[in-house]
Amino acid sequence: MSHLIDRRLNGKNKSTVNRARFIRRYKTQLKRAVSDAVNRRSITDIESGEKVGIPSRDISEPVFHHGPGGTRDMIHPGNKDFLPGDRIERPEGGAGSGSGKGKAGNSGQGEDDFVFELSREEFMDLLFEDLELPRLVRNQLVGTTEFKSVRAGYATDGSPSNIDVVRSLKGGIARRTALGGPHRARIRELEEELAALLASGVEETDPRVIEIREEVDRLKTRIAALPFIDTFDLRYQSFVKQPEPTSKAVMLCIMDVSGSMDQMRKNLAKRFFILLYLFLQRNYDRIDLVFVRHHTIAQEVNEQEFFYSRETGGTVVSSALHLAYDILRERYDPSVWNIYAAQASDGDNWDSDSVLCRDLLINRLMPLMRYYAYVEITPRQHQSLWYAYQEVKAAHPHFAMEEIAGASEIYPVFRELFRRQEA
Amino acid sequence: MTGRVISDSSEWSFPLLERFDREIGRIAHEVYGLDTYANQIEVISSEQMIDAYSSVGLPISYHHWSFGKQFVATEQTYRRGQMGLAYEIVINSDPCIAYLMEENTLPMQALVIAHASYGHNSFFKGNYLFRTWTSADAIIDYLVFARKYIAQCEERYGQDEVELLLDSCHALMNHGVDRYKRPSPLSMAEEQKRQEEREAYLQSQVNDLWRTLPLSGASAGPRAEERWPPEPQENILYFIEKNAPLLEPWQREVVRIVRKIGQYFYPQRQTQVMNEGWATFWHYTLMNHLYDEGFVTDGFMMEFLQSHTNVVMQPPFDAPWYSGINPYALGFAMMRDLRRICEAPTDEDRYWFPDIAGGDWLKVLDFAMRNFKDESFIAQYLSPRLIRDFRFFAIRDDDREETLEVSAIHEEQGYRALRQTLADQYNLGNREPNIQVFNVDRRGDRSLTLRHFRHNRRPLGDSTDEMLRHIRRLWGFDVRIEAVDEQGRVQLLAEA
Repeated sequence: MSHLIDRRLNGKNKSTVNRARFIRRYKTQLKRAVSDAVNRRSITDIESGEKVGIPSRDISEPVFHHGPGGTRDMIHPGNKDFLPGDRIERPEGGAGSGSGKGKAGNSGQGEDDFVFELSREEFMDLLFEDLELPRLVRNQLVGTTEFKSVRAGYATDGSPSNIDVVRSLKGGIARRTALGGPHRARIRELEEELAALLASGVEETDPRVIEIREEVDRLKTRIAALPFIDTFDLRYQSFVKQPEPTSKAVMLCIMDVSGSMDQMRKNLAKRFFILLYLFLQRNYDRIDLVFVRHHTIAQEVNEQEFFYSRETGGTVVSSALHLAYDILRERYDPSVWNIYAAQASDGDNWDSDSVLCRDLLINRLMPLMRYYAYVEITPRQHQSLWYAYQEVKAAHPHFAMEEIAGASEIYPVFRELFRRQEA
Repeated sequence: MTGRVISDSSEWSFPLLERFDREIGRIAHEVYGLDTYANQIEVISSEQMIDAYSSVGLPISYHHWSFGKQFVATEQTYRRGQMGLAYEIVINSDPCIAYLMEENTLPMQALVIAHASYGHNSFFKGNYLFRTWTSADAIIDYLVFARKYIAQCEERYGQDEVELLLDSCHALMNHGVDRYKRPSPLSMAEEQKRQEEREAYLQSQVNDLWRTLPLSGASAGPRAEERWPPEPQENILYFIEKNAPLLEPWQREVVRIVRKIGQYFYPQRQTQVMNEGWATFWHYTLMNHLYDEGFVTDGFMMEFLQSHTNVVMQPPFDAPWYSGINPYALGFAMMRDLRRICEAPTDEDRYWFPDIAGGDWLKVLDFAMRNFKDESFIAQYLSPRLIRDFRFFAIRDDDREETLEVSAIHEEQGYRALRQTLADQYNLGNREPNIQVFNVDRRGDRSLTLRHFRHNRRPLGDSTDEMLRHIRRLWGFDVRIEAVDEQGRVQLLAEA
């Protein structure tokens, strides 16, 4: 008496809850590992999951057990040349630790870290925990819910205009095949019988032959009488209303590509932008990216050019701010879009331009912005732009500026900029 | 004969599995007289196998982070390819549930059906430890009850609170068995009905215990010296469940759940060699019988034998991958050896095993399976011939000596000593520290004193402090542990 059951289609994620609890329990350790990981990572794989380690000691589950010492007798297989009374040196580390010979080498875990992989989601959650987007609240209050229709498979009823012809006809064929099947099988049988009869020399006028022919004709009429299409076959395209994302965000990336920004600095800037982008993704359903790069004149470019093309020349920051302002005014209505900007620069600017930038920001750009983050990537003394921006910061609290000297500072600076604000 | 071959492909399908199961079942029951629970064979994917692993093989369990940790670890090693998954997991329940992995080939599936659904299954049904300590028909129901109850507690008292409690209980899981009393059987309906009564009743009992009003003025003084509990208690979890002064009723119930589940695993921890040996012996015997009857091809047998040989491989002590004695190897060899002693005894066998040499091997094996555990099984049946085959030797590790001593090898003078030492190695009482509840200071600070009775001067490991903190969490007052050496001297080890 056995039952065979196919369970393969049952859910396979039975352990999800337990896994989540494990992560929750060791959050502090994991967070440390995650922020270390960010600093180590290259830019391209920042979105994947991450291997993290926790000291095994921290997660051990204790039980009463014997420690080293005392007298122990152990049996091992495979004696080659030992005789009773032989004395052997204690193997390294195996001195009565309970593992016996060789086991230490086999399990080989000891005090190592317990290493495992976080999924991308878990990684991001830990990475951005405690961070929030400044001034997110206002937009959510303003936002109105809009719907849009999306395809959602097929339904058996609907309005005639939504009939899906191909599906309906397929249904018809299936129905006719199913209903006509028994008749056709019967016809085949009869025809075989008929063929056999005729082959054995029976006359066409034999009553059985006539009977078979009549029966076949009758069945054929019945098959022909099956309706070509029935209301039962009809399939309608189904549409459901889906709420349109209400929180849309646009992220303006502004970067100085003048001669003084070398590839290393651009990479630093890029990491910062990536962090910001990932972070926005968690909060908004839809994000537009606008890349503006500038030296003496500003250009809107695609991502590839933004990060990798080379330019040289002087630096006029206000050109980028002008262009940004134009783009926003044309395409991104601040009542619908949440506008975030991140600017990365090495701080070089024409002296007289810094004042212009300050005025542009204070009077025009900042009122449109949810948040404006400026990072200066420089190991040197600040120049005029920094001081001009300090005035902007004084005028608008949602303007933030920080300085980054190396890759390891990016994440701390990012945290600093987006720290959850006290209510 | 070739007409009987079930399939010569290595792809399995449900109809093929059914045919194999039918034939194997017929041979097991009719030819060899195995007595089994009904079988439930479930085909699962490797992800599901990892899931099953992480809840220690239980089909249902309550939620706890430690299962998550287990899951993460298993998944990790599996993904890296460091470890293959077991081909099967089998659950001691009625009907007996066996999981087959979908990746297995047809010969593997047949092997697993023979191994789990007839080998392990008959062991679960027959062995005295399983009969005493587990109730196969009720375990699934009980697990359902436990899972629901703990989920309810989490809702009511918070996940953190329950988690801390479970941590402490898990730490003591191996100390939750009364070795000498038969436990009451589990049943979900009863359990639920009784659980509420128990809550109210227990609480009143506990309060009664701590009523410190003296009965009469005269008897109060001298009796303060009396020890309580009067006899030391080895079942620490049970003692806590019944007597911990500050536990809420729901906490007592959770302690009880962990204790019951620990009890369910108690026989498995003591019958590893026998259980695996028995199952391996039967898959080997059944598959060979299938072959003899012409149901399977040579190719099928080659694949079967290859997996079988891998399973019963025993590397010698100096191999880099040696990790102790392989219970499959030892168990299988002993079962085979018993059959050999019955069927073709030598003079040596007649001298060592006069009762069984030349007997009916089916009866002898059945008797051995029913009435022994690893320790006694080895002490009773390990033959000199096997000791020679395995080339066993005994090492004595005494920390007072500079070097290790080879105390016995596979020779005439060594057989008995080796056999006894190997049996002791499987004695749960030697493997786990003997820790007992010794005293509760009922009139003073309510502190709990545990005693560790040392065996061979072996001290406790470095987890003791942490363990005491766990016990303290359950007990609610100070806990201390004392060590008693073989001369009866008592020494305070730790306090929390």
